[in-house]
Amino acid sequence: MAGIVILGAGECGVRAAFTLRELGYTRPVTLIDAEPALPYERPPLSKNLACEAREIRHADAYLSAEIELRQGTQVTCIDLGGKTLRLVDGGVIDFDQLLVATGARPRLFPGMENCATLRTDRDARRILSRFTPGARVGIIGGGFIGLELAATARRAGAEVTVVEAAPRILGRGVPPQIAALVQARHTDEGVKILTDTGVVRADETTIALADGTELGFDIVVAGVGAVPNVELAQEAGLTCDNGIAVDAAFRTSDPAVFAAGDCCSFEWRGNRVRLESWKAAQDQGSHAAAAMLGSGEVFSKVPWFWSDQFDMTLQVAGLFDLAGAMHTRDTGDDTCIVFQCDPAGAISAAAGIGPGNAAAREIKILEKLIERQTQADPSILADPSVNLKRLLKA
Amino acid sequence: MTNWIDACSSDDIDAEDVIRFDHGGRTFAIYRNDANAYFCTDGLCTHEDVHLADGLVVENTIECPKHASIFDFTTGEVETPPACENLHTYPTVVRDGRVMVQI
Ligand SMILES: Cc1cc2nc3c(=O)[nH]c(=O)nc-3n(C[C@H](O)[C@H](O)[C@H](O)COP(=O)(O)OP(=O)(O)OC[C@H]3O[C@@H](n4cnc5c(N)ncnc54)[C@H](O)[C@@H]3O)c2cc1C
Ligand code: FES
Repeated sequence: MAGIVILGAGECGVRAAFTLRELGYTRPVTLIDAEPALPYERPPLSKNLACEAREIRHADAYLSAEIELRQGTQVTCIDLGGKTLRLVDGGVIDFDQLLVATGARPRLFPGMENCATLRTDRDARRILSRFTPGARVGIIGGGFIGLELAATARRAGAEVTVVEAAPRILGRGVPPQIAALVQARHTDEGVKILTDTGVVRADETTIALADGTELGFDIVVAGVGAVPNVELAQEAGLTCDNGIAVDAAFRTSDPAVFAAGDCCSFEWRGNRVRLESWKAAQDQGSHAAAAMLGSGEVFSKVPWFWSDQFDMTLQVAGLFDLAGAMHTRDTGDDTCIVFQCDPAGAISAAAGIGPGNAAAREIKILEKLIERQTQADPSILADPSVNLKRLLKA
Repeated sequence: MTNWIDACSSDDIDAEDVIRFDHGGRTFAIYRNDANAYFCTDGLCTHEDVHLADGLVVENTIECPKHASIFDFTTGEVETPPACENLHTYPTVVRDGRVMVQI
């Protein structure tokens, strides 16, 4: 048997498996995941009350691509010397090459162990069923998952409080101008947001604040970040550095083993980064698959992320230096675009927000300019009368 | 039954751009490429019900505004997932400065 084995059937692992076939790989491809469900999309879990997980691919697609999908199969050990994976039921799977795509899991701080967290369809069912009219919902963390859950709970008629330790929400990666618009919208919708508010302890129904106040809820959800699932890689001896460390081809410190998606850290424009992004997981899975088959192409995809809250969509392309200067492109119509240039004058990051997909097209153009590291005068980019697409053609 | 429908003026769409066209309770996207040829596909992405007309046209492709699926609008084929189903395409012809679509 052997061939290529992919550990983790999330967005990254599934994309990698299909890419191997698209590129003409004919040997066995095995895709293993601990979750029992057919691989599904996680983003809808925090965005809709009707929690119907959408499959990434239909069951037939795995069959016709001859991808052996082993669901409900927990891997307990990676043996690099023997090129095998050991399974919780004692089984063993051989590999010629391995892609580790184990993703990430919710972080919990000490004292919060009993709060609900959201990563899987089962978590979602448990949480969303509690979002009922008048229910008191406490959310720890004003990041994407916390705020999306807050919007979903509010739309269900719940009384929602978001507790954020930092001075502002979305403090990781989103410019303050855009975060302020998000916060204003939540406040208008009746979500209570407490910033600068530390949590010392929390459980299923209580959040204890640093100033001694105890807040009571019907459900408490913690959305305070994610930690990469690196333990198996680490125990196997693969180098880890805020994720499984990989090179530009997504190869780990073992030449037969690759890693991609939320579990890996890679070099992007001079910095080692780890992303938690749906599209990045797919792009990296596809790139790693090609690299496993010998492609020497350099990964150039710009990090891109979106979030839906109420009727607003926020998109971020590139990575912001939040300490650096920001420029605003005032597009009117309830949309706002903020961007940044690097010290060399190349456009390096852009974020946009607006109702529905109003800001999407401009962000896509900016994403392409970022990928090409286009030099641009910020005052020209900021001028809403300048057609950005022309810059793309230039 | 298919009919030729007068959808818009050929000037209503910029080169390398797209507009939305609603007809008979259905929604379509009509494209003009940079060689001034016109094409028509279903209006909604096959991943979620999102209007492709809010997306970005580059050469003969449309990138969905929501999660960046890319389709070749001349054939309807998915070039980049998450979408896995192709778009339907509809014949178009330009007559007397009007874009006619067979739907
Ligand atoms: C609620 C929610 C909303 C989100 N919304 C957005 C959004 O709006 N936009 C966006 O860009 N991103 C969003 N994300 C992030 C996005 O879903 C992730 O970045 C993406 O899923 C990462 O894919 P992955 O394949 O790397 O990891 P995962 O999807 O985490 O998949 C990893 C898989 O590996 C399996 N696994 C791990 N260890 C083992 C083991 N030992 N044995 C067997 N199997 C194992 C796990 O069961 C899991 O299925 C959201 C995430 C969540 C949870
Ligand atoms: S709706 Fe088009 S890619 Fe998701």
